[in-house]
Amino acid sequence: MNLAIVVNVVIQGVLTGLVYGLMALGLSVIFGVVRVINFAHGEFAVVAMYAAYVLFVTLGFDPILSLFPVAAAFFLIGYALHALLINRFIGRSEHEQFILLVGLAIVIVNGLLMIFGPDARPTNLPYSFDSYLVGPLFVDKARVYAAVGALVVAAALFAFFRYTTTGTAIRACADNRTGAAVVGLNIKRLYALTFGLGLACVGAAGALLVPIADASPLLSQQFTLLAFIIVIVGGLGSMAGALIGGVVIGISEALASLFMAPSIKSMFSFALLVAVLVLRPQGLMGRRI
Amino acid sequence: MTRIRTQSNRRHVLAGAAATAATLAAPAIGRAQGAALKIAVVLPRSGYLAPAGQSCHRGALIAPKVLADYGYKVELVHIDCESNADIARTQTERALDDGVQAIVGAFDSASTLAMAQVCEQRQVPLIVNIAAAPQLTEQGYKFLVRNFPTGGMLVSNGLRLIKSLLDVTKLDAKTAVFLHANDTFGTAQRAAMDHLFPNAGLPFTLLDSIPYDPKAQDLSVEVTKVRALNPDLLLVVTRATDAIKLVRDMVRQRFEPKGIISPGSPGLYDEEFYQALGPLSDYVLYNLPWANPKAQMTQALEAAYTPANPTFRFAVECFNVGFTFEALLVAAAAYRTAGTASGVELMKAVRETKIANHVMIGPPLQFDDKGQNVGIPSAAVQNRNRTPTVTLPAEVATAAPVLPMPGWQGRT
Repeated sequence: MNLAIVVNVVIQGVLTGLVYGLMALGLSVIFGVVRVINFAHGEFAVVAMYAAYVLFVTLGFDPILSLFPVAAAFFLIGYALHALLINRFIGRSEHEQFILLVGLAIVIVNGLLMIFGPDARPTNLPYSFDSYLVGPLFVDKARVYAAVGALVVAAALFAFFRYTTTGTAIRACADNRTGAAVVGLNIKRLYALTFGLGLACVGAAGALLVPIADASPLLSQQFTLLAFIIVIVGGLGSMAGALIGGVVIGISEALASLFMAPSIKSMFSFALLVAVLVLRPQGLMGRRI
Repeated sequence: MTRIRTQSNRRHVLAGAAATAATLAAPAIGRAQGAALKIAVVLPRSGYLAPAGQSCHRGALIAPKVLADYGYKVELVHIDCESNADIARTQTERALDDGVQAIVGAFDSASTLAMAQVCEQRQVPLIVNIAAAPQLTEQGYKFLVRNFPTGGMLVSNGLRLIKSLLDVTKLDAKTAVFLHANDTFGTAQRAAMDHLFPNAGLPFTLLDSIPYDPKAQDLSVEVTKVRALNPDLLLVVTRATDAIKLVRDMVRQRFEPKGIISPGSPGLYDEEFYQALGPLSDYVLYNLPWANPKAQMTQALEAAYTPANPTFRFAVECFNVGFTFEALLVAAAAYRTAGTASGVELMKAVRETKIANHVMIGPPLQFDDKGQNVGIPSAAVQNRNRTPTVTLPAEVATAAPVLPMPGWQGRT
């Protein structure tokens, strides 16, 4: 096998993996702070894809640029959702949280099916058919733009948690909820903010995915599963781990496509998941925020 | 007295019941001729096969009117199986519970196989409009017929036409790669290709056969693999929207073989393909059965199709519409012959079908002992100005084939 082909495929995997990583980052942030596992994560990603698709079809808004309005809208949705619904389940048993979020996922998928139908919705952008030629390598422009967008959003989120007072307060909540409450932090508000930020990540990732994949409700479960694999491989609750996990899964799927039969591609990701659970159960970067 | 009266009443009741039953049963044949045959048309109108399913559906929608003009009465129940074999099975069961008397479908081999089991169990005729997996007519189903080529027939006809295309265009092709979907249809085509290619007498070498998942989000890795082999020809078995992804990734990676030819598969002539790719959809070739423009029934079908689809670019979608219509024609003709909608009798008439006046190119429509129509030829069709154009055989061609195909850049 020509080395250039392998490098080309690895680059494609890295670029796609970064967008997947951003999607998983939302899941990781929510779990790391709120301690709720968002089982409707993939569904929210697909809603974001449709939001970007609608903005493109109706207003001609480029899906890459639409990550800003979509992420902002998803932040508000996440904040409201936590304040009005999720917060009532904080402290309740895990299976109740599970049922709530799986129910939410079912409602979202069926809502999408009712509104848009099950058919895939492509967006044919000028750069969808273009690529950068770097020596013997072809790099899709759409993937490059999406990956850069994912890195920008992830960097902004890292900076928020690292350098802002609110970010520090959220990290304090994640480290010690009781302690944070004792020093007077508004836990309920910070949890809602975190849930909003988690969904903003998903919203941005959904918008960035539109030039790479056609929007379809049937992607929801696939994305939820993918996000879980990524955060478990990267380390549940670890922000850097989510991005690294995304890249690892992106590369492994791309290489599996290159060297193995298409039906084995998904199995490869699960094999990686099992290997990580056996050898390093806390994940590659198993540290909390 | 009471007992005698009771016996007398029972006799009266029994006699009355018998008379009623006789009244209801005796003119069954007469009523069958008067009533319409209730047919469920099961198609993948949504999901990843939706473009083709919708295309078939447009054929089913106009069929009752055209059939009525020929004296056939049918009542259709339109069912969407969502490109999912499990849904195809359960929807078929539900349709039969609701009194459907025959089934037509289902474009996709996996769904059709699932439906075949139900129809066999319930002894209701299943007339396959489109589905190429050989096992459909090789597993001994008694309530199934197929008016569509098997994968082997498609590939055999397709390879013969590829040879003719190379001869006509004098294209010097030395190598090819076979890229195929890895679903039921695609793997059946692969098996046929493996079996038939060595003896097809083609002047090029098959470098590799590469499978792909038709539901994949993109085909960049597969195209990278093909590009590395740099074949003169790319032979493809696509399904629907995957054909769009294939061309999109080929353009991205600037891979320009001398020709893209399907030895017999869908996806390259769907309206969605033209809409998504515009001029990039031109010059691909597919060797498939096609409608006979000179047939009286094709003209009648076109006359009904155009007003029903006024915004549609084509007079009639020659493949999906043609075969879906013909499947309904088979059911309707058998109903007229059998004079009853009883599954066993209807199926017997279906098996004895012989229809000279039909839509698709080829000899009279009839089935062999396995329920297969073995006399369906193919034509080489090329997209030109976003329109399927017959280029071979010469006697039905409306344009000469163009090979090598022009590069992606500069197309308008």
